[in-house]
Amino acid sequence: MTKQIVSMTVNGEKKEVLAEPRELLIYVLREKMGMKGPHVGCETSHCGACTVEIDGKSVKSCTMFAAQAQGAQITTIEGLGSPDNLHVLQENFKEHHGLQCGYCTPGMITRAHRLLIENPNPTEEDIRFGIAGNICRCTGYQNIVKSILSAAAEINAAKEAAQ
Amino acid sequence: MKDEVTRDERVSNLKGLGCSRKRVEDARFTQGKGNYIDDMNLPGTLTGDFVRSPYAHARIKSINIDAAMALDGVVAVLTAKDLEPLGLHWMPTLAGDKQMVLADGKVLFQGQEVAFVVASDRYIASDAVELVEVEYEELPVIVDPFKSMQSDVVLREDLDPKAPGAHGPRKHHNHIFTWEVGDEEGTNAVIDDADIVAEESMYYHRTHPCPLEPCGCVASMDKVNGKLTLWGTFQAPHVVRTVASLLSGIEEHNIRVVSPDIGGGFGNKVGVYPGYICSIVASIVTGVPVKWVEDRMENLMSTAFARDYWMKGKISATKEGKITGLHCHVTADHGAFDACADPTKFPAGFMNICTGSYDIPIAYLGVDGVYTNKAPGGVSYRCSFRVTEAVYFIERMIEVLAIEMDMDAAELRRINFIKKEQFPYNSALGWEYDSGDYHTAWDKALKAVDYDGLRKEQAERVAAFKRGETRTIMGIGLSFFTEIVGAGPVKNCDILGMGMFDSCEIRIHPTGSAVARLGTISQGQGHATTFAQILASEIGISAESITIEEGDTDTAPYGLGTYGSRSTPVAGAAAAMAGRKIRAKAQMIAAYLLEVHDDDVEFDVDRFVIKGAPERFKTMGEIAYAAYNQAIPGLEPGLEAVSYYDPPNMTYPFGAYVCVMDIDVDTGVPTINRFYALDDCGTRINPMVIEGQIHGGLTEALAVALGQEIAYDDMGNHKNATLMDFFLPTAWEVPNYETDFTVTPSPHHPIGAKGVGESPHVGGVPCFSNAVQDAFRPFGNRHTNMPHDHWRIWKTANDLGMHD
Repeated sequence: MTKQIVSMTVNGEKKEVLAEPRELLIYVLREKMGMKGPHVGCETSHCGACTVEIDGKSVKSCTMFAAQAQGAQITTIEGLGSPDNLHVLQENFKEHHGLQCGYCTPGMITRAHRLLIENPNPTEEDIRFGIAGNICRCTGYQNIVKSILSAAAEINAAKEAAQ
Repeated sequence: MKDEVTRDERVSNLKGLGCSRKRVEDARFTQGKGNYIDDMNLPGTLTGDFVRSPYAHARIKSINIDAAMALDGVVAVLTAKDLEPLGLHWMPTLAGDKQMVLADGKVLFQGQEVAFVVASDRYIASDAVELVEVEYEELPVIVDPFKSMQSDVVLREDLDPKAPGAHGPRKHHNHIFTWEVGDEEGTNAVIDDADIVAEESMYYHRTHPCPLEPCGCVASMDKVNGKLTLWGTFQAPHVVRTVASLLSGIEEHNIRVVSPDIGGGFGNKVGVYPGYICSIVASIVTGVPVKWVEDRMENLMSTAFARDYWMKGKISATKEGKITGLHCHVTADHGAFDACADPTKFPAGFMNICTGSYDIPIAYLGVDGVYTNKAPGGVSYRCSFRVTEAVYFIERMIEVLAIEMDMDAAELRRINFIKKEQFPYNSALGWEYDSGDYHTAWDKALKAVDYDGLRKEQAERVAAFKRGETRTIMGIGLSFFTEIVGAGPVKNCDILGMGMFDSCEIRIHPTGSAVARLGTISQGQGHATTFAQILASEIGISAESITIEEGDTDTAPYGLGTYGSRSTPVAGAAAAMAGRKIRAKAQMIAAYLLEVHDDDVEFDVDRFVIKGAPERFKTMGEIAYAAYNQAIPGLEPGLEAVSYYDPPNMTYPFGAYVCVMDIDVDTGVPTINRFYALDDCGTRINPMVIEGQIHGGLTEALAVALGQEIAYDDMGNHKNATLMDFFLPTAWEVPNYETDFTVTPSPHHPIGAKGVGESPHVGGVPCFSNAVQDAFRPFGNRHTNMPHDHWRIWKTANDLGMHD
């Protein structure tokens, strides 16, 4: 099948790849760009393990063609924090035991990141509804919700302190 | 010399037993730096993909691979014919049966592996799968195990219908085994003479563990050094190595099996699947690495399911409510091949703990295993070997008996619990329960939820419903479970004949840090965190200075893997025992360094001190250094130990759960208002990790009880093979759980720990189910089958005339 060049910005870096029109974004991110964070759990948009952020929206990258991401700004878990400077959500997931096997975690944190931008003061109910597109099989969500609530409080406290 | 830290500070620095130490695994997982099987990318790796059967039962007339082979990028297409000369077209199952690797003559379930395509990338492999032409001749399909036992249709033509199976004589050509325990005649006599008898039939539906990461592997045959390396989603890597060696003829020392990070297992990743075998063969044939990772539909259709037990019970009691006997018969639908993950001596696992937490003097259990045209497997999904079915059965029988006697089910349980002073307790079906204090746990649980208050509230709601003031009813779900975990004693537990011990090997480095390797493998349980805590307390080195390694058969000692909550009871015990060997040698070194007799020093947190002179001591760090740098008369240099631990008995954690639920009778939607879970898992290693396990196990229980089902139509079509149709709860459906505990240590485990991971699942399923059924009890409900999805709940209300 004919390949075409697709260019996109991933975690702040401009990237160009050669991809067939039918190639899914998740596999291009994983296999052609070396991102190991987004995972494949269902290939039908139900589990959310492949969640990335595209142009300011949470997107399941397993049901989108890479070609559709032409020119897009993409953020994966790899773009959220660094080992020396973890994102506040990464810190809080560690602190509140918001993960077990870790397979859903990159998608979950990436989704939570966008959720907190959309709604900086979420209630528990807002969070439960907001992450309902991301399935976790290990934690029962209670500690995930706790992690996100705690991260929201920390982000807001930092904002207040800065003002 | 700087000021000595206090003893409390030294204990705290250890981060040992009982401390909610943060997980060391989380750094990589939160940053997307995990290393799961699909993250493996060796240069030149080929992709494998399966051609699968669209039919549940059909003869294969021909397979034409020409068009597939002609496609650019296709390297090989394997069929049973290619595997046959290698003796690999059939493989042994964990249960002593044998299973087709690739369809040999006919297919026996929808989704069965028919051919294995090997291509340069995943897209070409998919294209090639479409190009393989298979001609089928449809055969009659059997999906009902009762009909299977009457049918003239022979499902397994490879088996001699008259020859005994792996577990004794077979009654019918579609019959697998009969397994009986207990005294049937005596039990029947007691039940026939009893004041009260309650009978009930129930179906524990077929479901699936469905870990978020599907199964997969990468096989790499290095033809230069003759070594085969197999990376994969294996809950028991050493057993996979042994099986791979037996099947392939490659000597075991030339096979390395590695389990990298695993994205959840729950029993689904214990067995050996055709994808592993085909990948190995393909790598041997091509000489390059071959990767196979299934998709979700393949996972739900063809890898091991769970449950599918048709259970029939009779329970008898005196007028006062004292249970006198229990009779249980199970028809077990095992699908096309008996691939259950059970110790071979127990073909229906630990179903014979179906007397539960109760002092039942006489009992009988009979199980008939049956073949049908469904996917094979039968894993202990978040449970050890069918204890989930056993606990569901007894906890439903108790409820039914309470209805029969018009008695409170909580009180009925209390009357019949095994008493604290009866432990160690020998059950009527042959187990020795190690320790327990059920009455204390039950009283604590009922008090915590204000049980009497809840019953009053429920009665008021019933009255209000009958007056037409509300359309919601209230259910109070109770369950009290006793688990049987820690498989197990080599004398009665095995996988494929391998005794179920486990192991730990510790090396202390000269500078006082350490590495410990175990025969288990974490799939999210946090072993790297908690095993280091056990060792910290045993050896006196901070958990932060101990690296835990698992899952690489080239480095880890032989062990039977992680499932059935066996890691803490068996490998955790091995770790403690290896730690004690280290400590014994350290004591001799310390005594030499302090110039006293061995008996004159004693261990104190992180050092050996001279008895009566605590200011004279050697820290474990100093002792480790001396072990490598000083000639100590009578001792070898170094500080290492290994332990292969064969537990003397299983462990028996228990728990008391209460669920408070509202049910809208018009929509059938349940709302969980409260869930209280008290667990007693003996000594608690890391309370934070335990709580997390309980939340997760309860959520999987909720899924099973309230909606999750693998269903087939009469043609054997799989009806729930995507996450659109197979219920996995999201954060929206799941409540917050209240956790609580009591501590009754195991008397035979070195640190008294019992294991906890599957307890909430085992105890949770009957609790959720009982809550639904209890809500309908005042309206005449006796028993309804799971899963209680919205439709079935609505139907229960409708059948009881609540919509009239």
